[in-house]
Amino acid sequence: MKILVPVKRVVDYNVKVRVKSDGTGVETNGVKMSMNPFDEIAVEEAVRLKEKGIATEIVAVSLGIPACAETIRTALAMGADRGILVETDVELQPLAVAKLLAAIAAKEQPGLMILGKQAIDDDMSATGQMLAAFLGWPQGTFASQLTFADGGITVKREVDGGMETVALSLPAVITTDLRLNEPRYASLPNIMKARKKPIETLKPADLGVDPTPRLKVLKVVEPAKRKAGVKVADVAELVMKLRTEAKVI
Amino acid sequence: MTALVLLDHDSAAIKQPARSAVAAALQLGAADVLVAGHGVQAAAEAAAKLPGVGKVIVADGEAYANGLAEPLAALLVALAPAYTHLLAASTAYGKNVLPRVAALLDVQPISDIAAVVDANTFVRPIYAGNGLATVQSSDEKKVITVRAASFDPVAEEGGSGTIEAAPAVAAQTLSRFISSELSRSERPELTAARVVISGGRGMQNGDNFRLLDPIADKLGAAVGASRAAVDAGFVPNDYQVGQTGKIVAPDLYVAVGISGAIQHLAGMKDSKFIVAINKDEEAPIFQVADYGIVGDLFVVLPALAAELERG
Repeated sequence: MKILVPVKRVVDYNVKVRVKSDGTGVETNGVKMSMNPFDEIAVEEAVRLKEKGIATEIVAVSLGIPACAETIRTALAMGADRGILVETDVELQPLAVAKLLAAIAAKEQPGLMILGKQAIDDDMSATGQMLAAFLGWPQGTFASQLTFADGGITVKREVDGGMETVALSLPAVITTDLRLNEPRYASLPNIMKARKKPIETLKPADLGVDPTPRLKVLKVVEPAKRKAGVKVADVAELVMKLRTEAKVI
Repeated sequence: MTALVLLDHDSAAIKQPARSAVAAALQLGAADVLVAGHGVQAAAEAAAKLPGVGKVIVADGEAYANGLAEPLAALLVALAPAYTHLLAASTAYGKNVLPRVAALLDVQPISDIAAVVDANTFVRPIYAGNGLATVQSSDEKKVITVRAASFDPVAEEGGSGTIEAAPAVAAQTLSRFISSELSRSERPELTAARVVISGGRGMQNGDNFRLLDPIADKLGAAVGASRAAVDAGFVPNDYQVGQTGKIVAPDLYVAVGISGAIQHLAGMKDSKFIVAINKDEEAPIFQVADYGIVGDLFVVLPALAAELERG
């Protein structure tokens, strides 16, 4: 089974993000960029499925500016076999991403697509569900365990108030939760090997998709800051303040 | 302009996040609601009592019993022509279904809105709430999930909606429900609780989370956790408060042994009052806390329980 894993280049998890003073967005110039953490979990899951003999080939896909090739290289170093870069300067929103991925899926005919449940930049949590809709495939979102049996896939997934297990027919779209696995670090030899793995470059037009954004960002502002309060000496003072000052207990 | 709101329910009552989604919808204009499930007459009647609700559309059938996204999305698409806006709370339920609906309608969804500016324009947090983006949609129809913590929920009583049955939608065989393991708790749900007490890595192990119990019992609080505590396996994933977990805004949030990473703050910084208990006085959590206690949580928690007990 071939697995397609989309990977997004985002501001690194550890960077303290700053809103630009002109209100047009957040500062990304000179900021460390990395693979979206949930996408790392997706790549790791695909690699484990290949190690178990369930997957035969892993294709990492990224969409955006040429630098997204670095994100694909990271996936290749983790164990993906080849990459596809859809190159564009247009700001891609989940609708366009899902359409582009659906077009790639139509060409590549994967048995499974594994995505992160959410990108930590726009926090949309939408692409996987939309991709599944475009393909007419079932979706297993927020997944913490995958089991393959009888030509289908069983997905343990987070729901409000606990977990549930659903059975999906294949092909299917999965989105990863934190609990699915702990991604590996790429070894130096694998980083070297990844340099030789092929990356195909396409344009949105090659896939017949208009990537024009539907949401216009009018402005981005910093949220109101909370003021630091006071340190209290002991629990007696705390309870007194909660009762008489805050009046919340 | 009429909005349709997909409601989270437990077959009997309408959950609080869904009532917040109705509040958001009412800011846009009129609101109808959809109750889908199996054996949901009581929930439909509860929905009809929500103030401001016009029609309650009820989809009662086995296909909807477990909230699978595939049949629900098909149902919402069938209902969509009558509405300008489709909304749901950004719960696991809403986040699973609405983007699927949006794709089927060729619409870019607007996730997790924190404010309504006008019919086309909304404010939503980005980068774990480090930025608030005002976005304007050029789609004719809007598909929206609502950050429940940002909208005061409508009351449970006072409305008089009319109940009608949903149209039938073709059956699907893509997905099938097998089982669920819901965390059994006498406590309120995290996203609806008036008080939340959360533990972090400082709790050291899952057993120590029991130290939070007497305090939670006394305050009627829900118990949550930071991602670090969830990652360490102390507590299940559904305890997680933060950017990729649950977003809460209770009257009182008590953070115990939580350093205060940006990703955690994203999930709780809109709380009315924040209390931090941490032995590291430099911990970033103190920068957002109204009241802080610097101390060993294993000493402070039993003392706090005793102090509350004293009344």
